[in-house]
Amino acid sequence: MTAELLVEKRAGEQSIVLEKRAVLLAPSTVAGPKESRGPLAGSFDRCYDDLVLKEKSFERAECHMLEEVCYLAIGKAGLVPNQIDYYLGGDLLNQIISASFCARKLAIPFFGLYGACSTLAESLCLAGMMIEGGFARNILVAVSSHNCSAERQYRYPTEYGFQRPGYAQWTITGAGAAVIGVSGDGPRLESLTPGKVVDADIKDPYDMGSAMAPAAADTIYTHLNDLQRDPSYYDLIITGDLGGVGKKLNEAILERNGVRIAANYTDCGLLIYYPQQQVDAGASGCACSALGFFGYYYPLMLKKEIRRILLVATGALHSPTTFLQGESIPAIAHAVSLEI
Amino acid sequence: MGSYFTAFLIGGLICVIGQLLFDLTPFTPGHILSGFTVAGGILGGIGVYDSLIQFAGAGALLPISSFGNALAKGAMSEAARSGILGVLTGMFELTSTGITATILFGFFMAVVFKPRG
Amino acid sequence: MSAEKFKEGKGVLIDQNWFQSWHKLKQPRPPLVKNILVAFFAGGIVCLLGQFILNIYISLGVPVEQAGNPTVATVIFLAALLTGFGVFDNIARLAGAGLAVPVTGFANSVTSMAIEFRREGLVLGTGSKMFALAGSIIVFGVVTAFVVGLISALI
Repeated sequence: MTAELLVEKRAGEQSIVLEKRAVLLAPSTVAGPKESRGPLAGSFDRCYDDLVLKEKSFERAECHMLEEVCYLAIGKAGLVPNQIDYYLGGDLLNQIISASFCARKLAIPFFGLYGACSTLAESLCLAGMMIEGGFARNILVAVSSHNCSAERQYRYPTEYGFQRPGYAQWTITGAGAAVIGVSGDGPRLESLTPGKVVDADIKDPYDMGSAMAPAAADTIYTHLNDLQRDPSYYDLIITGDLGGVGKKLNEAILERNGVRIAANYTDCGLLIYYPQQQVDAGASGCACSALGFFGYYYPLMLKKEIRRILLVATGALHSPTTFLQGESIPAIAHAVSLEI
Repeated sequence: MGSYFTAFLIGGLICVIGQLLFDLTPFTPGHILSGFTVAGGILGGIGVYDSLIQFAGAGALLPISSFGNALAKGAMSEAARSGILGVLTGMFELTSTGITATILFGFFMAVVFKPRG
Repeated sequence: MSAEKFKEGKGVLIDQNWFQSWHKLKQPRPPLVKNILVAFFAGGIVCLLGQFILNIYISLGVPVEQAGNPTVATVIFLAALLTGFGVFDNIARLAGAGLAVPVTGFANSVTSMAIEFRREGLVLGTGSKMFALAGSIIVFGVVTAFVVGLISALI
């Protein structure tokens, strides 16, 4: 086989065009108390009014939500767990414990992924490739985040009183899952652009929007360039959790590179909460793109009100240790194009 | 020792200094509060902080700078009484109430309460 | 446009100078005037309450120069209790330095760590993590007092 044949599905520098039907099915979401009082409250499958979910710790609660949402998605797809070939997913915690502990219960072959808040898009990219390669029929992708477990790991204990800066973002309590199958009614994964790690030399761990915006801009730019598309090709371009600051910065960087996306661009981080819920620049966390896309935009796609979406989930790849050691925050973004 | 008015005024002003440092410098609360303690220790060393407590009462007693002052004063007065080793033995003489209370109440709260998020 | 880019060729080009100045310009800033006023009144009220407690102890017959200790302990208790009930963080989010600079902030940082890590056990959680935030205050206070005490003992 020649080299050209091996890479026939690649487009441009980084992108992949999927030719078979990898269909996104059975998107399911569960949300915590604060999210359930937000504008999208009606679009989640299950809402909890308790942060601990009667479990013994925040970490257990996060795992509980993730297990719950996995069973929901598998059930909605009309399957049972042993019909799922692979489970791809992750979360924000050290050693991605929520995902691994959830996989322990599901007993499905599991790939644990860490891309911080970009984990959903990372999972979708890999699931798309696995379906395209003919390695699987049904793949479960699931992500979760919990405000308190993330807060106590990355920042301060939950009862510590301090003023959050205006550009800080609020980690979502929630989980989202979906099944990627080979047939069914739902949007098809059309092309993928896995992103590069970009570092914009931001050192403030609260300023994640600014740290992630260059990565999002890079991935969007590369995606459009690779596939020779105009932003208007998409009905909507959605970033995961850039928040108010990062969204503006992303638009500005792309505009300086000659790409105007403002007309059909939105950010899930601005969707989940009302402004008066004291979340400053918006929402963040693995579940942010999941709740925003699965909860709100997926039903619109099914109704064919939106036909083409570019989902770009962004993640900040720092740790509390690297921040204390004075390192800047590297960021990544992966793009998934969906069509119905 | 102090009046309600001076306690309010001086206490409020010390907090304003803290707020300015919070908002205008890139330091974390941990840095800034440690700085307050260091400043209190130095002001205590040159004898200024005690007169501030005389003037403002709780307004100077409650800000965390007073902790630095009390440590310095304990070390200094014990050193004056019993020589240079007094710096070590007298260090927590005046602050032991605060430290003990913090440890005890912190511990009991942890036994009674759960984090609410 | 400056030549300093994140990378050459592939992907978007980001001019570092432009990026830094845009970032500085568009970053939301704290509402300084409001924060200062709130910190002044919150800190003032905490100290006013402290003065009230101080006067009670003095009227109970505690010698004036020793009345500070039980006052501080009482304020620490109140702050620890509010932390336990989960309301301290909500008040402090508004009050900022007004609650962080008085000993209330010290008590909150210790109690919040103690409560947060209770689930890792009383010994290895609460016991060992308790001073993870407030420890630096004690360390730097002691180092300063050591230097100050040494100087005063030598002159």
